[in-house]
Amino acid sequence: MATVTLEKLVKRYGAVEAVRKIDLAIGDREFVALVGPSGCGKSTTLRMIAGLEEISEGTIRIGGEIVNDLPPRARNISMVFQSYALYPHMSVRENMGFSLKIAKRPPGEIKQRVDEAAAILHLEPLLDRRPSQLSGGQRQRVAMGRAIVRHPDVFLFDEPLSNLDAKLRGEMRTEIKKLHAKVQATVIYVTHDQVEAMTLADRIVIMRDGNIEQVGAPDDVFRRPATRFVAGFIGSPPMNLVEAEIADDRVVFANGDRLPIPEAYQNSAAKGRKVVFGLRPDDVYPSGHGLPSGHAAAVHEQPLKVSLTEPLGNETLVFFDFAGRDWVSRMLNPRPLVAGAAVAVSFDLANAHLFDEASGVTLARARG
Amino acid sequence: MTRNEASRNIRRLLGVAHGLGLLLAMLIICLPGAWVVLNSLRPTVEIMAKPAIWIPQELSLDAFIAMFGVLGHGAIPVGDYFRNSLIISGTSTVLAIAIGMSGGYAFARYRFRGKSALFLGFMLTRTVPGVALSLPLFIIYARLGVIDTHFALILVYVALNVPFTMWLIDGFFRQVPREMAEAAQVDGCTRWQAFWQVEFPLAGPGIASSAIFAFLTSWNEFALASQLTRSVNSKTLPVGLLDYTSEFTIDWRGMCALAVVMVAPALALTFVIQRHLVSGLTSGAVKG
Repeated sequence: MATVTLEKLVKRYGAVEAVRKIDLAIGDREFVALVGPSGCGKSTTLRMIAGLEEISEGTIRIGGEIVNDLPPRARNISMVFQSYALYPHMSVRENMGFSLKIAKRPPGEIKQRVDEAAAILHLEPLLDRRPSQLSGGQRQRVAMGRAIVRHPDVFLFDEPLSNLDAKLRGEMRTEIKKLHAKVQATVIYVTHDQVEAMTLADRIVIMRDGNIEQVGAPDDVFRRPATRFVAGFIGSPPMNLVEAEIADDRVVFANGDRLPIPEAYQNSAAKGRKVVFGLRPDDVYPSGHGLPSGHAAAVHEQPLKVSLTEPLGNETLVFFDFAGRDWVSRMLNPRPLVAGAAVAVSFDLANAHLFDEASGVTLARARG
Repeated sequence: MTRNEASRNIRRLLGVAHGLGLLLAMLIICLPGAWVVLNSLRPTVEIMAKPAIWIPQELSLDAFIAMFGVLGHGAIPVGDYFRNSLIISGTSTVLAIAIGMSGGYAFARYRFRGKSALFLGFMLTRTVPGVALSLPLFIIYARLGVIDTHFALILVYVALNVPFTMWLIDGFFRQVPREMAEAAQVDGCTRWQAFWQVEFPLAGPGIASSAIFAFLTSWNEFALASQLTRSVNSKTLPVGLLDYTSEFTIDWRGMCALAVVMVAPALALTFVIQRHLVSGLTSGAVKG
């Protein structure tokens, strides 16, 4: 049983605060992803949990026990590094069995556990090779094998896929998901790639400037972003976010373009309030080429000029000029469009978001 | 001639010129060494002949036989010198590497106050010419009564070698990714175990090459050794070479033979260690 709890965790480097009093409770066997742009403190947080970085303030508990001053070896964790950090002077088998050798387990047991892990990760044919003789994906698998051989309480992944090419990254993502289902351990996964976080995690922790912006299930952070930052960070292509002002029951953009106030925000959006209007590319589409939310009344239609298209095969990203900037929209069932063409565009406002311009916090009232 | 042929010819011509240049450089580098070996095998008359005799007329191992054959019978005690050289160079190398490794690791891995100043200080000691130290050293050692002892030379050579080995080894530890030690610690190692199990083997080739440097410096050093040694108690081989010069004659053949004897262990050591200097040992550790 390994829960991981962070209480008022702070990391300072001199005068710089890399992590600012964050609180987080991770359940047993939960897969939690820490995401954020580089420098947001996610890796530092992970390294503090691993014991590789000293804690400036606050408490870390693993399985209920305070581990602040325990060395890494006493925390029963495993870590997969971004660079893999395989021991180049040892074979794959020695790499994977290293932790057990240090723990002075009998050779028979080491062999059995290494073979077991190798079977899970399909590494059997590679066991006698050196890391230098492996491809990137194979090294990545060995690094994971080294981690699972220990039977740790908690797995820590530090951007494990960022050195792989796109195709391999997709494959390894699936591997990791399968692996989590098999080994049933708590996983803390650091990544800057929101797609990885969305696909893998039970819960996502979005960090920025050493603070936690939002914690929630992938669906939750996607549909109900708590802040403008989360809205812009999660989702690809990113949400269209434009500054506006509330006036006359309308959202008025700087250039005079306007949209109706989304129904969910009728009460919270007072007249004259400066806001940021957000709408995902999925919710703005050439009429007839999207997945409507089902609230026909919430769809606002307007003729707009196409400025650019990016065909992706099964869909096309269409850029429109609206409210003084380019809006991305996702056209399903695409039909050929050329730049400059005028089309009717549907704004499905049932899924629109409003954020306070100054604080960036959502104006949506807490929804169950 | 087409442009393609012309450029092929130019490339060939440059290749030949390149080869000739290399050959010339090799001759300049190797000739003195070959000359020493040659001279150790032939009589003084032939060595001193003018014009020079390039193709040896008679070869013999007399000089080597004399060197090792009649020890203690008025000849030069090469055996004793050899032993002294081995003890002094060996001990000072081991000490210099031990200290250099600790220091180099500290400089590579830890942050501490005055680090750059200290590092610069160590480097500055390298700028002092060794001979400049000979008089002060001689006076201090004479007062301490350690002239003509192994200890005296070992101490000097350790002091000479430490800054250099520290600087070299610092560089080699820097090349070992920090994550190696971190991964080892997560895998259950103490800091100490992580060093010996992972970082040391990876920096090993570098440390070995530093050891060669330190050993050769001590093995070949002449200026200070000639001041601080007096007798067979501590005289090293380079100082021993002087025994071949007497008031009116110089035994060139004997001197060359001793030079060959001196070079042999250094050469052997370099070859032995060089086999372990497998470059690219760390490749594959992290994504390159």
